[in-house]
Amino acid sequence: MKRRDLLKTGSAALGGAALLPFLRALPASAAAGSDTLVVVIGDTINSLDLHRTGTNRPSYQVAVNVYDRLVRFGTKVLEDGTISYDSTVIEPEIAESWEFSEDRKSITFKISPKAKFWDGSQVTAGDVKWSFDRAVTLGGFPLTQMAAGSMTDPEQFVAVDEMTFRVDLPAASKLALPDLAVPVPLVINSKLAKEHATEADPWATDYLHENPAGSGPFKIARWDAGQQFVYERNDDWQLGELPALKRVIVREVPSAATRRALLERGDVDFYMDVPAKDAKELAESGKAKVEGAPVDNCLHVLGLNVNYAPFDNKLVRQAIAYALPYEDILAAGAYGRGKPMWGGTEMTPSTIEWPQPFPYATDLEKAKALLAEAGFADGFETTLSYNLGLADWMEPTALLIQEALGKIGVTATLDKIPGAQWRTAALVEKRLPMHLENFGGWLNYPDYYFFWAYIEGHLFNSSNYSDPEMAELVDATLTMETDDPAYAPNITRMMEIAFEDVPRIPLYQPYLDAAMKPEVEGYVSWFHRQLALSNMSKA
Amino acid sequence: MEKLSRIGGRILQAIPPVFGVIVITFLLTRALPGDPAVFFAGLMADDSTIAQVRAELGLDHSLPVQFLYYLRDLLQGDLGNSLSTGRPVMTELMARLPASLELTLAGLFLSMAVAIPLGVLAATRPGSWIDHLCRLLVTAGVSLPTFFTGLFLIYVFYYLLGWAPSPLGRLDFLYISPPQVTGFYTIDAILVGDWEVFWAALRQMILPAVTLGLFALAPIARMTRAAMLSALSGDYVRAARASGLGSGRILWVYAFRNAALPVLTTLGMVFSFLLGANVLVEKVFSWPGIGSYAIGALVASDYAAVQGFVLCMALLFVVVNLMIDVMLTLIDPRVGLES
Repeated sequence: MKRRDLLKTGSAALGGAALLPFLRALPASAAAGSDTLVVVIGDTINSLDLHRTGTNRPSYQVAVNVYDRLVRFGTKVLEDGTISYDSTVIEPEIAESWEFSEDRKSITFKISPKAKFWDGSQVTAGDVKWSFDRAVTLGGFPLTQMAAGSMTDPEQFVAVDEMTFRVDLPAASKLALPDLAVPVPLVINSKLAKEHATEADPWATDYLHENPAGSGPFKIARWDAGQQFVYERNDDWQLGELPALKRVIVREVPSAATRRALLERGDVDFYMDVPAKDAKELAESGKAKVEGAPVDNCLHVLGLNVNYAPFDNKLVRQAIAYALPYEDILAAGAYGRGKPMWGGTEMTPSTIEWPQPFPYATDLEKAKALLAEAGFADGFETTLSYNLGLADWMEPTALLIQEALGKIGVTATLDKIPGAQWRTAALVEKRLPMHLENFGGWLNYPDYYFFWAYIEGHLFNSSNYSDPEMAELVDATLTMETDDPAYAPNITRMMEIAFEDVPRIPLYQPYLDAAMKPEVEGYVSWFHRQLALSNMSKA
Repeated sequence: MEKLSRIGGRILQAIPPVFGVIVITFLLTRALPGDPAVFFAGLMADDSTIAQVRAELGLDHSLPVQFLYYLRDLLQGDLGNSLSTGRPVMTELMARLPASLELTLAGLFLSMAVAIPLGVLAATRPGSWIDHLCRLLVTAGVSLPTFFTGLFLIYVFYYLLGWAPSPLGRLDFLYISPPQVTGFYTIDAILVGDWEVFWAALRQMILPAVTLGLFALAPIARMTRAAMLSALSGDYVRAARASGLGSGRILWVYAFRNAALPVLTTLGMVFSFLLGANVLVEKVFSWPGIGSYAIGALVASDYAAVQGFVLCMALLFVVVNLMIDVMLTLIDPRVGLES
């Protein structure tokens, strides 16, 4: 590849500007033209294959942009003008239509004849089956996510004929179809992948790790590990409106200060996942446009582990919920970029909206009274743990909580846990008495949140919470359709229990912020928190 | 001949430390907190998927067995695959080491160009303004943390003045890296005669190299000054002065040649130290070097990558010290005589 080939298409749009020695004279993005977007991210991707063991979260971005799925979520415009995905709308992608069987235990998809892989070959039911088999067979995270939609066994996936694909479910579930729109069930060009499969590696993980084989709106033109990757538009994509961007350069810049300087100087167009402090200051300075929406089904919470005294006492948990300085936390931890989740007025919620404010607010007198009632009038000592990997919001939050608890006589020692050990300590061993946690469910249903965070033994239940009624309710509701008459009462009851027992005290619902130049349009805030390029453009 | 055999002996002496390093890094990485299987199974994984990942990573064998496998692979030049990047550690290190080396050498060179003359001048005029200037620079260089100097330089020269190119690593995204020969972009660009890329690579390097250079200034300048002071007060210098030799000849031939020995030793130390310790500079300037690779690997408990990094640094350390020793042997007339 010759130097500048990379940008030829972009510069051709400027009218033969490729001939001019513009490289040194103009800032990068100006030279790059309006169909090239330059993005900075703080993380580094480590694979182009989401199914591989060890693929990190930032790499999901590649899967989102280069692969298609059977179905996708729609988008909606929020009141403030931000575009967000819409969990209630499911649109066709590779599947042009689908229908449920009478008992809703199987879904049959008709594959669109317009779905073509990059090499021009038709996407077939065989490709879908191979890809889904791969997701559930390779194990790890893809399997767990597929299991959320009741899909765990290759036998559930049937290629009826070339263009018809069926998923059989052990029982009807409202989560099955939405779970096919998350990043995991992507469709791979199985003919191409199989050519590179070996006996030791039947799923071609070595090949797909560096060579995606998909049908999506973008291809990967180049990947320099630890530095950058470059997307190039798939001009033959027909499963939606052809993206306006022809080329997207994603540069990995570890220092947040450098990322901000690059955007302010105008050398890059888009800055994904901006820390709340920078988001606020960039928006106020007017140097960049900041867009973001609250992350659906995600809460930043203070977890109280009921396996550790005195948090086994409900009154103590409620006392702490009354002692927290919510407003200061939102101001200092999230710089206002969060939706308040305190100050609710009802102990029994009247709507099934989730998340909604819990019926607690800062009230030190009430907190002291509850502590006294619980027999801890003189307070107690405990530790407050947080994840150093998320120190940008957890550190100020922890300090504020420590200070506020001091006012009701509770001495909390701060315990910083390195990112690599956090999961083991908080989620697997569940051994942190008091800790900050930030689980968000990809599928936007309250019962899905309660399933992961309020059921004994489940991963995100870092509080070891256990309640037979909650377990029964979640079990009954998880696969239930939302129009079932029992759905709303069940959800209301779950929330009521969560309000009353508060093993997890919500602080706020976070925003996912991105900062960009004013001319960048069409950024969509997604539940998977990755940059999806197909709607974006640059004026 | 005597010098040659002495050099050969010195090379043989380097072997046991290398083996020791292999054993220690193997054990140390195993003692790291955090379970790689859990980490790589992903957030949502359960016990059975974690067990599956553990078996895949070969972590279900006993420690001695794991070590024997490791030694066998090492003899074949195989440092294993990095779990987090899915690539051979050898390839990754080979891609990143030149980036760090190029930057470190540039920083060291800059630093030497300032520190050695400064140290010599300060030593010849102790207590003068130049001595104070030396002290000031040295104190500033040591007490300003590198990430601060880096960010400050970016703020002034990139953000405010716009003189420096965007701090985006080794090359702006408009340029494609030159075909790899040495891995040093500047040299590779010269080799293919591509001056545009040479300039671009050099410009990217200035700010980070100055940041590193400032930090390395202190030990070099201090050591030069001290060594020169002791050399200048030596009997042989007094003898030379008494014999009426020219002051330039006394300074550079008699004093500096003797003072060069401790300075050279210090340079070796500073070099090895800079190479591993410039991770903050790498982060600030998005430099794809070996330091940030090692930090990433540590955070992920990525055994193979951490082992590869430590081994590589240890080997470099040994090689650099060896080279310094050899150079000392060649420079110092006394060394040959004593043995």
